[in-house]
Amino acid sequence: MSESHDNEHDADMVPSEPISNPGLPEHLPRPTDVYPEAERRAERQVAGMFGLAGVLFFAFCVFYFVVDKDDVFLGWSALNVALGSTLGFGLLLIGLGAAQWAKKLMSDHEMVEMRHPVASPPEDRAATLAALNAGISESGFARRPLIRNTLLGSMGLLGLPAIVLLRDLGPLPHGQFETVWKKGMRVVTDVSGAPIKPGDIEVGQLINAEPAILFELDADGERVLHGTEALQAKAKAAVIVVRMRPEDITPSKRSANWGIDGILCYSKICTHVGCPISLWEQQTHHLLCPCHQSTFDLADNGKVIFGPAHRPLPQLPLALDSEGYLIAVSDFPDTVAPSFPEIARGPK
Amino acid sequence: MSQHTPVEETGFGKKASGPVEWLDNRLGLASMAKKNIRKVFPDHWSFLLGEIALYSFIVLLLTGTFLTLWFQPSMAEVNYQGAYAPLRGVEMSQAFASTLDISFEVRGGLLIRQIHHWAAALFIAAMIAHMLRVFFTGAYRKPREINWLIGIGLMTLGLIEGFAGYSLPDDLLSGTGLRFVDGMIRSIPIVGSYVEFFLFGGEFPGDIIIPRLYMAHILLIPALLLGLIGAHMLLLVYHKHTQWPGPGRTEENVVGFPVLPVYAAKAGGFFFVVFGFTALMGAFFQINPIWSYGPYNPSEVTAGSQPDWYMGFVEGAIRIMPNWESTIFGWTFSWNIAIPGLGLMGLLFTALGAWPFVEKWITGDDRDHHLLQRPRNAPVRTAFGVAGMTCYAMFWIAGGNDIIATQFHLSINTITWFCRFAVFIAPVIAFIITKRICLGLQHKDKESLLHGYETGIIERSPDGGYVERHAPLPSNRQYALTTHDRLPVLEDPRTEDINGIPNPSSRKEKLLARARQFYFGDVVDKPTVNEVEEAHHHLGDHTGHEITAGGDEFQGVSEAGIPKTH
Repeated sequence: MSESHDNEHDADMVPSEPISNPGLPEHLPRPTDVYPEAERRAERQVAGMFGLAGVLFFAFCVFYFVVDKDDVFLGWSALNVALGSTLGFGLLLIGLGAAQWAKKLMSDHEMVEMRHPVASPPEDRAATLAALNAGISESGFARRPLIRNTLLGSMGLLGLPAIVLLRDLGPLPHGQFETVWKKGMRVVTDVSGAPIKPGDIEVGQLINAEPAILFELDADGERVLHGTEALQAKAKAAVIVVRMRPEDITPSKRSANWGIDGILCYSKICTHVGCPISLWEQQTHHLLCPCHQSTFDLADNGKVIFGPAHRPLPQLPLALDSEGYLIAVSDFPDTVAPSFPEIARGPK
Repeated sequence: MSQHTPVEETGFGKKASGPVEWLDNRLGLASMAKKNIRKVFPDHWSFLLGEIALYSFIVLLLTGTFLTLWFQPSMAEVNYQGAYAPLRGVEMSQAFASTLDISFEVRGGLLIRQIHHWAAALFIAAMIAHMLRVFFTGAYRKPREINWLIGIGLMTLGLIEGFAGYSLPDDLLSGTGLRFVDGMIRSIPIVGSYVEFFLFGGEFPGDIIIPRLYMAHILLIPALLLGLIGAHMLLLVYHKHTQWPGPGRTEENVVGFPVLPVYAAKAGGFFFVVFGFTALMGAFFQINPIWSYGPYNPSEVTAGSQPDWYMGFVEGAIRIMPNWESTIFGWTFSWNIAIPGLGLMGLLFTALGAWPFVEKWITGDDRDHHLLQRPRNAPVRTAFGVAGMTCYAMFWIAGGNDIIATQFHLSINTITWFCRFAVFIAPVIAFIITKRICLGLQHKDKESLLHGYETGIIERSPDGGYVERHAPLPSNRQYALTTHDRLPVLEDPRTEDINGIPNPSSRKEKLLARARQFYFGDVVDKPTVNEVEEAHHHLGDHTGHEITAGGDEFQGVSEAGIPKTH
């Protein structure tokens, strides 16, 4: 908008106001201004609140030493209630006492302060610009492009070390397409690590399972995978094993022999943002993610039938080992866990 | 005003002059302090909202410092052998174990933890309430636009700070939240995997995200928050607080009470009220019982997992987004996560930041404003604000779709579909209704100004008709109803100048004219001088003669509805 248009717009405003400013209303005295007994009562109230707060703070210290950590009061931690209520009510009383003091006893005459213009006076602005100009021209910043440009260039390059220094924040992306599953690894229950036989699973049942390596011990009796490694492995390799009636299942061509008598194994990690999924509706064969309600049809190759997930739930091909326990035929043929930019370029 | 004894003669004056001189010789603060010790602040309940945010931040600093004395930000695995029996022997991170220790072994530790978490929830709630107050009263207008932007920065940082904080205990719920963030980071176009590996120090969950979040939570973001709060307060002092218009209150002055003693007592006391309130919350209301969630395990989750309330709108957006994902030139783009997760927050904060400048472009108003506007007197802004709140509420409801489904026995798919439409339709409905309510209130203001208020006195005319007598509002009220700006005259855009030469910027002007029509079009202007004079003349006809009603002393009601008797 141009300057002239602005001025026209201002001129359009009707200057005169229908009601003139009647000025500040008259000050009305409070009871505490007029009656000495009201003033003394307010004084007692304020002092009483401050005094009681002091008593509560002392009680806080007594409770700290007297109440046992394990004591229970009405189902709550007695120590927490005792400390919290003495501290809380004490603080509240100080605050309310101060407010009462201000409202009843301090002067309640409204004061008027004039505002100053936010902008500096024009001569100050001119002087600032002049000073800036003098400084810049004395530096020769404009006159000596060689100095200016080399300085700007080096300052720009200073950004590089700052970025390069961050390189070791973490390794480059790797291993996103693989999990710890491999050919012949047993599928074991996630609580006890016990291997699973087809006979252990009834139609309609869902078992939370893990790859056996998560429970394997090395020669010293320590777990092969522990701490972060175990969590990283679990975050991709957790599975669920379900059994449906074989006639209910409509496998795709490639997954026709991935199950055993209606027993199928799917990734437990949602393809949306990676929540573990385990809400199983056995009648409909639907698996619902409790985080964002993506719903997968396990009878139909883990297809997404509702919710924000895009990719079907990856399936783990199953077989039986010589002892009749469930084992993986290979790693997941499809990539598990949430999508990432390179997922379509994967080795699979 | 009461008279004060000259300072040299008071006990305080005699005692303080020495220390004041010593300090001023070294700091020279007297010339600044003389203006500010008795600086005037206006009074209104809505000005307390920002104070709540400030004080809950101080509570967070105090309680947070206490928590750092025991908390161990490490993801190293330990075998828990502490006081909480049900988890003894369980493998967990040190972060989780030390949070259990704070809750069960440090006396008062649970209380301080709970105060800290409640204060965080209050901090964000108070910031949002404060921002809405500033928005709906137009307090962000020139010269306060920069302070509005600082406020948005504070809110953005507050959300990140809150999220970082509740991720630290490394419990099952917060770990699920981090998994969600991991999915969101992966959805960043092209570089998602790199950002994930750099942030988590490898594949999710890695062993370094908790120490890094800890650094951000206790150092980086609090330092930024403190700096921005300092700037926010300095600008507040420099600009002087806005005030509601009213008798004696103008654009040129501030009417209120001095910092010393009134606000020192009121605001100082209010800090204790906020602290006391959060302490009582910590005493009586459990929050984030991490021991019942257990340590983080990426293969477990509980149904009904919810983030802290202020992340609910992002959670809702993620839930209701259609499952779009596409692969272009080999790169996979997860629109289903990137748009609601990254785009929505960006859109919200961009829209908030841009609003003062968009409004200024529409109104062309370049004056300084220190008087607040009643929301009804800016109907389009108010309607926009309510539409925005409605949209936010719909996303927030979507974030609790599972809870709603189980509590009210509804189909979760129906709720999701409802929310998918509601986030677009409900704001439009809210806009229309709010604007109509504003216009209705403006009409009512004009009506009570021109026709007075109803006195409750019914008069019978000689020909048998009944009329209720009206009386003019007291002049203070009349003035308060007419303090807002008169509407500008809307002009048609100039397509050509007086010589018939086409206006080169006519398209821009047409757009502006349309925006101005939208913004000011239906707004009810306040009555003119003539209208008011005429109306009061008319009202005067009635009030001329007194009522003589036998023994009944009733003389009508005051404008507040209180009966008047002689």
